[in-house]
Amino acid sequence: MSEGSLYLAVVPAYNESATIVSVIEALRRHAPTFDLLVIDDGSSDDTHALADGAGAQVLRLPFNVGIGGAVQTGFVYAREHGYDFVAQVDGDGQHDSMELERLVATMEAEAVDVVCGSRFLTDDYRYPAPISRRAGIHIFAFLLSRLVGGRVSDPTSGFRLYNRRAIELFAREYPHDYPEVEAVLMLHHHRLRMLEIPVKMYTRGGGSSSISTGKSAYYMLKVLLALFVGLGRSRPSELGSDRAVATAQPGA
Amino acid sequence: MQARTQLVAILGATLLLLVVLEMVRRRRLMERYALLWLLSAIVLLALGIWTGALRTISHAIGVIYPPNALFFIGIGFILLLLLHFSAAVSRLNEQSEILAQRLALLEERLRRQEQSMSSLAHGASDSRSAELAQAAIE
Repeated sequence: MSEGSLYLAVVPAYNESATIVSVIEALRRHAPTFDLLVIDDGSSDDTHALADGAGAQVLRLPFNVGIGGAVQTGFVYAREHGYDFVAQVDGDGQHDSMELERLVATMEAEAVDVVCGSRFLTDDYRYPAPISRRAGIHIFAFLLSRLVGGRVSDPTSGFRLYNRRAIELFAREYPHDYPEVEAVLMLHHHRLRMLEIPVKMYTRGGGSSSISTGKSAYYMLKVLLALFVGLGRSRPSELGSDRAVATAQPGA
Repeated sequence: MQARTQLVAILGATLLLLVVLEMVRRRRLMERYALLWLLSAIVLLALGIWTGALRTISHAIGVIYPPNALFFIGIGFILLLLLHFSAAVSRLNEQSEILAQRLALLEERLRRQEQSMSSLAHGASDSRSAELAQAAIE
């Protein structure tokens, strides 16, 4: 870990009272350099009180704004408070906070803007999601890989580490529903680099997914529309201009 | 259906489709609200092109002149869209109410904090309470 850098772990949580305490405790144990920020997305249970009691900073949204808006709150907070790195860790206990250090190490070793933990880069992954969900993930993975011209194996993974440039971008603008998929395309459009590393993930520890099976077809359509329309947007270059220079003169 | 009527239907539906897509591209319209518009435009466009289906539908609903069935379906979509947006407006209304309430509570909280702070500062005649006030401000 770089000296003096500020790390923030953003934990979006919607009715996660069953798991939120263990998620925060694991983060405090395995990722002590990270400050912890829980975004309670209008939960009707006592998620916020539990998170507060476990020693996290809590932002309580007055009503449910959806996962995209909740996570973006974390980016805005990070920007306002001058954090250098933001990790997104889901509040349902799917993500293993022990892997967070590997995300940080990868970020430091490879000059990338986002490091994403992928379930599908190893052969021995066990991710017993319903077949419809997995099919959706693979369709998005297929489309995104072609759109960004590089392999994207797990576009719905919310286990990510972002640097300052990515924080700035997403604090300004972050997709709404199923945001991780569209965020990959946004990164590509703004010429930010993303790298995936294999991570283990658990099945949900409790609560229920924000995406029920009935709604997933609807979300799927919406994200497909977003991807399709996103193709028509021009690629602004000012954010990535230094990167463009760097790749043009690799010896310099 | 007359060729001219068909042409107008196709052009109208295509225009609607393009306008909706362009609005989404410029982020003037969220995907969530664009889907129903897109569905309407696509169905109207399909029925404009595929007159056989339109004729079948107009027979089924007892409309003699097929273009009237197109109007009928169009009005159906308009009703659906209006209902959709009424629901959306209701949700926004509820949310802005909650926001206003939270804001009022927050302002009251802030005012109380400021008052207690200034009274602490004013009442600080001896050095001990001045220190206290300083600590409170910090």
